[in-house]
Amino acid sequence: MADEIPATGSASARPGGGIPRRVFLGACAAVAAPALLTAARQDGGAAQGAADATAAPRYDPRVHNYGMGVDVNKCIGCGRCAAACKEENDVPRDPHYCRTWIERYVIKTDGECEVDSPNGGIDGFPEPVAEGDVMRAFFVPKLCNHCANAPCVQVCPVGATFSTEDGVVLVDESYCIGCRYCIQACPYGARFLHPVSKTAQKCTFCYHRVVRGLVPACVEVCPTGARIFGEVQRPSSPLTRFRRFNALQVLKPQLNTEPRVYYANLDGQVR
Amino acid sequence: MQGYIYPNEYELQWSLLIVVYPYLTGLVAGAFILASLARVFNVKEVQPTYRLSLVTALAFLIAAPLPLLAHLGHPERALEIFLTPNVRSAMAMFGFVYAWYLMMVLLLEIWFDFRKDLVIWAEGKTGFLAWFRRLLTLGVKDLSDKSLVFDDKAGKLITIIGIPSAFLLHGYVGFIFGSVKANPWWSSVLMPVVFLFSAIVSGIALMLLVYVVTSRARGKPLDMVCLDKLAAFLLYALVVDFSLEMLDVTQRLYEAEESISILGQMLQNRLVISLLVLQVTVGTIVPLITLFLVAPTVRTKGLIRVPDAPRWLIYFVMAVLIQIGIFSTRWNVVFGGQLFSKSLRGLTTYKLEFLGIEGILVAAAIVLLPLVILWLLVKVVPPWPDAAAEVAPESDESAPLPPAG
Amino acid sequence: MAGRFAPWRVFAAVPQQVRRLAIVVAVLVAALIVARALLVPPTFGDRGHYRAASVDSIEKLPIRYAGHEACAMCHPQVVERKASSFHRGVACEVCHGPAVQHTTNPIEVKPPAPRDRAFCPRCHAFNAARPTGFPQIDTTQHNPGVPCFACHNPHDPTPSHPPESCAACHGMIFRTEAVSPHAPLPCTECHTADPRHKEAPRQWLPTKPVDREFCGGCHAAGAPAPASLPASLRIPRVDLATHGERYVCWQCHYPHYPEAN
Repeated sequence: MADEIPATGSASARPGGGIPRRVFLGACAAVAAPALLTAARQDGGAAQGAADATAAPRYDPRVHNYGMGVDVNKCIGCGRCAAACKEENDVPRDPHYCRTWIERYVIKTDGECEVDSPNGGIDGFPEPVAEGDVMRAFFVPKLCNHCANAPCVQVCPVGATFSTEDGVVLVDESYCIGCRYCIQACPYGARFLHPVSKTAQKCTFCYHRVVRGLVPACVEVCPTGARIFGEVQRPSSPLTRFRRFNALQVLKPQLNTEPRVYYANLDGQVR
Repeated sequence: MQGYIYPNEYELQWSLLIVVYPYLTGLVAGAFILASLARVFNVKEVQPTYRLSLVTALAFLIAAPLPLLAHLGHPERALEIFLTPNVRSAMAMFGFVYAWYLMMVLLLEIWFDFRKDLVIWAEGKTGFLAWFRRLLTLGVKDLSDKSLVFDDKAGKLITIIGIPSAFLLHGYVGFIFGSVKANPWWSSVLMPVVFLFSAIVSGIALMLLVYVVTSRARGKPLDMVCLDKLAAFLLYALVVDFSLEMLDVTQRLYEAEESISILGQMLQNRLVISLLVLQVTVGTIVPLITLFLVAPTVRTKGLIRVPDAPRWLIYFVMAVLIQIGIFSTRWNVVFGGQLFSKSLRGLTTYKLEFLGIEGILVAAAIVLLPLVILWLLVKVVPPWPDAAAEVAPESDESAPLPPAG
Repeated sequence: MAGRFAPWRVFAAVPQQVRRLAIVVAVLVAALIVARALLVPPTFGDRGHYRAASVDSIEKLPIRYAGHEACAMCHPQVVERKASSFHRGVACEVCHGPAVQHTTNPIEVKPPAPRDRAFCPRCHAFNAARPTGFPQIDTTQHNPGVPCFACHNPHDPTPSHPPESCAACHGMIFRTEAVSPHAPLPCTECHTADPRHKEAPRQWLPTKPVDREFCGGCHAAGAPAPASLPASLRIPRVDLATHGERYVCWQCHYPHYPEAN
């Protein structure tokens, strides 16, 4: 993947001891370079452009097309994804602001289905389910579906939310007027109004990570591999295997939003 | 909260201010339709309300953007809607519909209708008001017959264009809700039509109220023929509005698609008072039956003959009830769409504040503001029939005295 | 003044009202055009109907989680050990938290290493909604008071001895069966499990019965009672030839609680 931190080299020792000066200096530079590059990346300042240009080719969104897969059978409802998302993206920890969350479905033997999501699942699901009359129960992670035909993008009056060339739906925080039409238009409840910035916010597929070749934070910390991030139309992507071997569903297909988050083993009770 | 709602749905996004907004624009559209009844359809009986309707519509239209601005997270960025509008967004395009209606319909029509009066009222006078009136004439002082005929024709043309524009103005607000496929309470083909007809109902009712209040305040007798006609049109509009709402309910219950269960629960648990009591009973059925009995429609007198004195009061009370009903209609649309979860499994609650930018106090102030604006406007362009200026015959050198203030 | 200049004539013929109004409209339109030129952000529209510079600012947001590949550079032994264990799919930062500060300043900034007994149950406490077979424990009964890492190395959490009973991972099935008519039967009565199932559960799956005759082994009309069960136990018998022909038994009878209608 592009934008990797260059590996540290190891200085080779000459037989009989001593290290050639050239090699020693090269080793020092090799050790210092990643620290400098990471610092530049952290800083996000003007130095970034120069550092990236020398370290790796510039990210070109036109050759990427992202999507996500979720395997419902693998989710254990630990909530690490929701917690990591809040940490990575500075989302307020108050209950009602979730870029991603997990829902627990409990289908009883009489057919009744109960759903809950305590605080979005960021502390897991401490309340146990009474086992007695459970027919089936499972967890469903939810997030912004980054729809190819996104209703939120359609209704934004000013062009503050948009779909990038690589298929990620983003929000321009300094342009959003806070009218909340996009929040109303989203069928999946993926958006919220940030209490401080008063602009619309939602999952960004951790775009700032993705352009550096990392995976979104929720995918990174999922311990069971229930979330798979990758590219549509790239044969070597993990998402391709996921799409090949699983019968896929999307949420609310009848609304024709063309979501890019594909669910495997999704129960019909899930809305 | 009961059942399950998505975590982000706890907080309602569109508040009381977003209820006030369609209420105000509805009154604008309705008042204008009444004006066009007089001007285009030549319903002579309501002529006394013609100018009053235009000026009232203007007062409400000026105030209409306020609740939106107050509600925005960043009102200072509001201009972006005009600078970089997303042409696929109903809300963005509505900004232009509003601007079109304000400038090319309402202001133009008022200008063409009042130009002659402004010239005459300001002639020979000094002071701020006279200067302002002269400014408003844009320097067009020509009072010849040819010029006045042109004014009249232009006004008529604008009113004709104005009727579909008024339909567009409030139908668009309905479309903003009706086109949201994510929300089964809003998503409906009927939404723009229901909005429009409830706007017409509220606008005519408003003009009835304004006419009565201003006439009493000025110590003038009520023109009962005018009031009877207003009441008759109110009845017709109410019949259409009620039929549309009944059609919506019937169709929903008949089709009984997936959302019917949670919507039914929401109605029973959250909207009983605002919908069943205020919107349907108080706001529609009671005025419908009363007006049907009292207002003269086909005959010259109503089914129940009521003398003038209590009759105008009955109309007045019915118009007030209708205002309550239409406000409740807007309430039920806006909050109805947000009190249930899109997971179709739960309901939430709306915490109405008293203070705060989205609270009752601010909303009440915004609803009353147009009346203040109206009071100011009638000082500049008094719409009373007796205040209209007459063009003096050319031989007469003394111009008629303009009304004071 | 009119003269022969035709456009002027047309213009003069237009009523004064229209001329004055046209000026007002022209001024407003010009104001809008000027406002657009001045106020629309420079990169707006470059890549679509949005401000292209916003994508650049989003790309520059700070990273908190370094990613599992970053850890391997300095901690290869731990990563290698973990890579062949049950926790191979568990990234380092799942337990150690966001660690990008540690990659830039390894000496002074150390990620936490959770040692408290409340930490592991976040994933491993029993929850009926968790997939069957995922290792789950009852935290009140499983070695109470003993820290988890006393027996399980987090980087290679294979327990010191494999679970003795199937109930350790298949608790809900066990508890369901325990109150059913099939309670006296051990799991091995119907399922054969390779010993490697306890180490690599999904690769060495236990067997399941495949035909009616298997259940008929106890439940057919003339079948002998299994020796392992008390003789007084009443076993329901059916005529296999006619009872529910065309179906296999477990299509109607849930084996872990038969007759649980």
